[in-house]
Amino acid sequence: MSYIELMGFGPRGWGLLLLQATLMTIAVSCAAFLLGGVLGALIAWARIGGGRAFRIAAEAYATVLRGIPDLLVIYLLYFGGSTAMTAVSHALGAQGFVGVNAFASGAIAVGMISGAYQSEIFRGAFGAIARGELEAARAVGMSGRLSFRRIVVPQTLRFAIPGLGNVWQLALKESALISVVGLTEILRQAQVGAGSTRQPFAFFITAAALYLVLSSISGWGFQRAEAVGMRGVRRA
Amino acid sequence: MDIDFLGATFVQLLRGVPLLLQLAAFSIAAGALLAVVLALMRLSGNSLVDAVARGYVFVFRGTPLLVQIFLIYYGLGQFPEIRQSPAWPFLREPYWCAMLALTLNTAAYSSEIIRGGILSVPFGQIEAARACGMSRSLVFRRITVPQGLRVALPAYGNEMILMTRATALASVITLMEVTGIASKIISETFRAVEVFVCAGAIYLLINFVISRGIALLERRLSPQFEVVPAPTAIPKLAR
Repeated sequence: MSYIELMGFGPRGWGLLLLQATLMTIAVSCAAFLLGGVLGALIAWARIGGGRAFRIAAEAYATVLRGIPDLLVIYLLYFGGSTAMTAVSHALGAQGFVGVNAFASGAIAVGMISGAYQSEIFRGAFGAIARGELEAARAVGMSGRLSFRRIVVPQTLRFAIPGLGNVWQLALKESALISVVGLTEILRQAQVGAGSTRQPFAFFITAAALYLVLSSISGWGFQRAEAVGMRGVRRA
Repeated sequence: MDIDFLGATFVQLLRGVPLLLQLAAFSIAAGALLAVVLALMRLSGNSLVDAVARGYVFVFRGTPLLVQIFLIYYGLGQFPEIRQSPAWPFLREPYWCAMLALTLNTAAYSSEIIRGGILSVPFGQIEAARACGMSRSLVFRRITVPQGLRVALPAYGNEMILMTRATALASVITLMEVTGIASKIISETFRAVEVFVCAGAIYLLINFVISRGIALLERRLSPQFEVVPAPTAIPKLAR
């Protein structure tokens, strides 16, 4: 069977399955990235404006999640989650092993790691806002909440776009690791195809190409977003 | 938490440390050599050579490391030519496949760091050295390398930590380094939290030693600065 036939959409082609798997990769990466955004914002807030205890906890979180292997975090969430779920269901009178959802546990694991990186990005972007603008907002009588909404958030996001682009690429690539707990995303589907057709190179090179397409398109998207976000900013 | 179990787990996990360090040290060293070649290719001024290096970096940075590992370990065996080649005894072994994938991967990331370091050396200095009559290779050795190295070091230290972290993926192709042993214990005992704590502590300890070492080296290489400048959080804006 030729390569085109193998990866095509014919009766014996794997095209449709790989396409579905690609959508799964996009879905799980987006879920992880968004969760990371929420976590990252909270951690950045704790690091900038929280008290001493919050600051230490946030620093520790960022250091730990950026220092230990992503695979370990995925195992922790999947197996730890399953053990906890099983204990709860046994307490409620059920029997047997209860596994957690691979999508949910994987997205949370990658999201937790992404949050550690995003907190760094947000903290740096916040630091790039001119102090005078915050003072001016206060001077015209804005409340803390209003200046946060109108001055801090829009500008932090603007300065954060390039960094967020990098973190998104990390999340996209880390999503491949969720295949180890059985989520049928690109890499998992490629493994299944490689196993049943005995053409591993064909499948893994296709998987690599799919990731390249995803990262190129999203890289272009972030560049556009940066260009739009930066209009009106004078650059040296 | 059960202290006996934690202790026993920790001892078991420590057996994976030598393999982890081998994978990290070899791939970082070999990757650095390849990275220097790639960085020089990017700066060569020859558009064909530049395009080859650019393509390499694009492919290896745009795909997950796990895909690269699978492509080398499972993928290459698909071709009878490779199975009959003299390289097969190496490419058959998960150990060498993991080494190869880690090396090729870190070379792509490091080459960009090295290129940034080389480009950071002010052009006036190179011009001045040329005007003094230094040859190109002497300028590179005496002017560019020492200063570029100093600038690239913080980012390179970060890459070394990322590589230590990335060695965990070797466990997916059956290598029993720390994460491999950890996943085995987890699947036998279902005590994910305890095992995670022990394994995490080992990785954090190794990272701590690396970052201390890099900080020490940074201070050695820049006696003129009292405070080491922190890398900017949003590099694209600094340009």
